[in-house]
Amino acid sequence: MIENFDLSLVNWSRAQFALTAIYHWLFVPLTLGLSFILAFMETLYVRTGDEMWKKITKFWMTLFGINFAIGVATGIILEFEFGTNWSNYSWFVGDIFGAPLAVEGILAFFLESTFVAVMFFGWNKVSKKFHLASTWLVAIGANLSALWILVANAWMENPVGMVFNPDTARNEMNSFREVVFNPVAIDKFLHTVTSGFVLASVFVVGISAWFLIRKREQELARKSILIAGIFGLVSGLAVALTGDSSARTLAQVQPVKFAAMEALYEGKTDAGLTVIGALTDSGERIGEKKVHDMKLKIEIPKLLSIMTTGKGEGYVPGLRDLIDGNPERGILSVSEMMERGRYARQVLIDYKMAKELGDTESMASLAAKFEEKDFTENYFRYFGYSYFDHPWQVIPSVPVTFYAFRVMVGLGFFFILLFVLAIWFHRRKTLERNPWFLWIALFSIPLAYLASELGWIVTEMGRQPWIIQNLMPVHVAVSNISAGAVQTTFWLFAVLFTALLIAEISIMVRQIKTGPKH
Amino acid sequence: MTLQISYLFLREYWWLIISLLGGLLVFLMFVQGGQSFIFSLPRNDLQRKMVVNSLGRKWEFTFTTLVTFGGAFFASFPLFYATSFGGAYWVWMAILFSFIIQAVAYEYRSKPANVYGTRVFDTFLFINGCLGPFLIGVAVATFFTGSDFTLDLFNRVQWGSGWHGLEALINPVNLLLGLAVLFLARVLGLMYLENSIDDKELTASLKKALVRNAIPFLVFFLAFVAAILLGKGYRADPVTGEVTLVKYHYLHNLVGNVFTLVFFTGGVVLVLVALWLGIFRGSRRAIWYAGFGTVPVVIALFLMAGYGETAFYPSSADPDSSLTLAKASSSYFTLKTMMYVSFIIPFVVAYIWYAWSSINRSRITREELAGEDHTY
Repeated sequence: MIENFDLSLVNWSRAQFALTAIYHWLFVPLTLGLSFILAFMETLYVRTGDEMWKKITKFWMTLFGINFAIGVATGIILEFEFGTNWSNYSWFVGDIFGAPLAVEGILAFFLESTFVAVMFFGWNKVSKKFHLASTWLVAIGANLSALWILVANAWMENPVGMVFNPDTARNEMNSFREVVFNPVAIDKFLHTVTSGFVLASVFVVGISAWFLIRKREQELARKSILIAGIFGLVSGLAVALTGDSSARTLAQVQPVKFAAMEALYEGKTDAGLTVIGALTDSGERIGEKKVHDMKLKIEIPKLLSIMTTGKGEGYVPGLRDLIDGNPERGILSVSEMMERGRYARQVLIDYKMAKELGDTESMASLAAKFEEKDFTENYFRYFGYSYFDHPWQVIPSVPVTFYAFRVMVGLGFFFILLFVLAIWFHRRKTLERNPWFLWIALFSIPLAYLASELGWIVTEMGRQPWIIQNLMPVHVAVSNISAGAVQTTFWLFAVLFTALLIAEISIMVRQIKTGPKH
Repeated sequence: MTLQISYLFLREYWWLIISLLGGLLVFLMFVQGGQSFIFSLPRNDLQRKMVVNSLGRKWEFTFTTLVTFGGAFFASFPLFYATSFGGAYWVWMAILFSFIIQAVAYEYRSKPANVYGTRVFDTFLFINGCLGPFLIGVAVATFFTGSDFTLDLFNRVQWGSGWHGLEALINPVNLLLGLAVLFLARVLGLMYLENSIDDKELTASLKKALVRNAIPFLVFFLAFVAAILLGKGYRADPVTGEVTLVKYHYLHNLVGNVFTLVFFTGGVVLVLVALWLGIFRGSRRAIWYAGFGTVPVVIALFLMAGYGETAFYPSSADPDSSLTLAKASSSYFTLKTMMYVSFIIPFVVAYIWYAWSSINRSRITREELAGEDHTY
C-alpha cells in the first residue's frame, strides 16, 4: 500500500480499512489476554479468600475497562466498512463471509457485553462465584468473538466450502464445516489469540516492573509478574508452535506470499531459512517490480525446505517460478492463469447475456460448464486473475513482508526470554535487585504492540493484491463511490481515532500512576 | 432424517429475525433517548451522574444489538448490505461516527486526565443520542420511500445521487420516521430513567419531559403511518419480478397478514397504555409496556416492507433494480445453516435477562452511586 499510495479510490479505501484495522488491533489483543489474566487472578481470590488478589484483580480490571471501550468503538467500523467500502466484495461472498460475522454477534458479542456489565458492576451485587463465572465468560466471549472474525478472515486467504452460482454471480456456501475448520482458520485463530495473550502478559509484567522500580505496590507487582510471566511463557511457546504450522499451511495456499516473506526469487531445494538479511536493489525487475539481493545474510541451512515440505531436500518455489511458471515442478505461469481466468469470466458474461436475452438453449449449455469438474478446477479457480493486465501485478511488497515478518518473529522469541527471566527472578526473589530487567520489561510494552501489528501487516500486505485469494482482487471489490468521499472519511477517522487514543493513553497512565484503590 | 424447509420459508424466517432485531434495537435506543437529555434534564452534576450511570449500564446492549443487526443483514441479505451500505455511504458513516463517540464517552467522561474534559464526552453522548435514532429512522424509512440506485448485470450498485444517501433527508416522509424514532427513543429514555433512578427531584422533571416528548412522537408517528398506508407502495410481481408503484400497497400488506395486523395494533395499544401509565399514573412500569409495544410495532413495519409481493429496498430510479427478499437473500444452504444458529437466541435472551436482573435489584440512588466501585 505504501508503494502504491495515491489518491485513487482503491488506495484510499485500502488506507481507510488499514487505518481502522490497525487502530482496532491496538486494543483487541490486550482485551483477549487481560481477560484471562483477570480470570486467573479472581480465581485465586475466590479459592484463597485473600483480599490482596481481589485488589489486584480490581486494579487490572480498571485498565481492562479503559481499553475495552475503545476496542468496541473501533470494532463496529470494521464490520460496516465491508458494506460501505467493499460493496462488490460484500455481494460476491456475503453468502459465506456474512455467516461468521452474524454468528460472532449472536454467540460472542452478547456473551461478552452481558457479563462485562456483571464483571464491572456486580462486585457488591452478586455472589463471589457468579462474579467469577462472569469474568471467565467475558474472557471466553472475547476469544470466541476473535474465533469467528478470524474464520472469516481465513476464508479470504483460503476460500473453501463454497460453489459458484452463475445465476446470482456469486460464491455460495456449501459446507459450513469446511469454512469453520479451514486449516488456515485453525492456525490463524490459535496464533492470533496466543499472540494477544503474550501482549497482555508483557503489558502486565511491564507495568508491574514500573511499580517495582518506583518501590510501590510491591506485592501486587510481584504477584502480577508471576501470573503474567507463566501465562506469557506458555502463550509465547504456543505462538512459536502455531507460527510454524501457519507457515507450512501458508506455503501451500499462498505460495507467493510465502516467497515474498522470504524474499525468495529463485526456487530451490535444500532452502535455508533467512534469520537476518538486508535487501538491496539488484537492478533487475520482474515487470515493474524490483528484484532484491540479500546482503548480511544469516540463515539456518535447509530449515525452509523442512518447514514447508518436511524434508531437507524439499523444493521451495521462488517468485520467478510462481510468476513465470515451472513446468518441471507443475507450477502454472500467472499469464496462463490470467488466460484461463479470462475464459471463465467470458463464460459467465455469455451466460448472463443469454439470460438477459432469454436464450434458454445457450443458458443451459453455459450453465452446464459451471458443473464440469474440468472447468471449475482448471479455469474458474483462476477467475480473479482475469482482472490483471500483467503477471507481476500479483507480487506483494517484498521488503514490507520480509522485514515485518523478521521483526515480529525476533520479538516473539525476545518475549519468551523476558517471561523466562521474569519467572526466574521471581522464584529467586531478586526482581528488585535487577533494575536493568525491570526497565527492559517496561520498555517491552510498545514492542509487544509493534510485534502484534506487524503480524497483521505480514498477513494483509503479504496477500496483496487479493481480497479473496485467486478469486477477487482488491481493486474489483471496492464500492462505487468517489475517492473524495473516502478520503474525507479517512481523515475524519484518523483524527477521531488519534484523539481517542490520546485520551485512552492519558487515562491509562493516570490510572497506573494512581495505582489500586486501598 | 433431513428437515425439508422451503427457500421461501427461510427467507421469510430471516426477515422475521431481522425485524425482531430491528424491534429490539429501537427499544434499546432508550439509551440514546436518555442521552439526548443529558444537558436539559439534570439540575446538577449529581443528577447528571445518576442519569449517565443509569444509562451507562445498558449502552453495550444497544451497541451489540446494532452490530448483530448488521451482521445478520450481511449473512441473510448480502445484496442489501452491499447496495445500501455501499451506496448510501454518508448516512451510514454518520450513524457509525455517532456510535464510535458514544462507546468511549461513558468510560472516559469522569476519568481523571481524560484530556478533553467531561463536557466534551457528554456532548458526544448528546450527539449520539440525537443523531443515532434520527438517522436510523431516516434510513429505515427508505424501505418504504425508495432510494436512488441501479444495479447492473452483476448486481454492482450505482448510486444516482452524489449525496450518497444524504438526499434521503429532503424526503418529508423519511424525516417523519426519523423524528418519530427520535422522540420515541426520548420517551423510552424517560420511562427507563423513571424506572431505574430513585430521586424525587429528578422524577418530577422526568414527568414534565414525558408529556413534552410524547406529543411530537405521536404526531410524527401517526403522520408517517398515514403517509405510507395511504400512499403508493412498491409492489413486486411474483411472476415477472417487475416492480411497480401501487396505491395502498402497504395498507394491503398490513390488513392482508393477520400477524402483521395483530403485531401492529397490539403494539400501538401497548405503547399508548405505557404513555397513559407514565403521564397520568406516574408508573415506573411504563417502560415495560412501551418496550413490549415498540418491538411488535417495529416488527410489523418491517413485515409490511418485506413480506408479500413487496420490494423491501425499492429503487426510485430504476424499480427493477429494487431488492426483494428473493433477490437479495443468501443461498438456501446459508439461510438454513444460519437458522440452526439462530435457535440459540432464546438462550441468549435468557442469560441476558438473568444477568440484568441480578445486578439491577435495586434502583440507583445517591447512596448506591457513592458505594459503587465502577462509575461513569
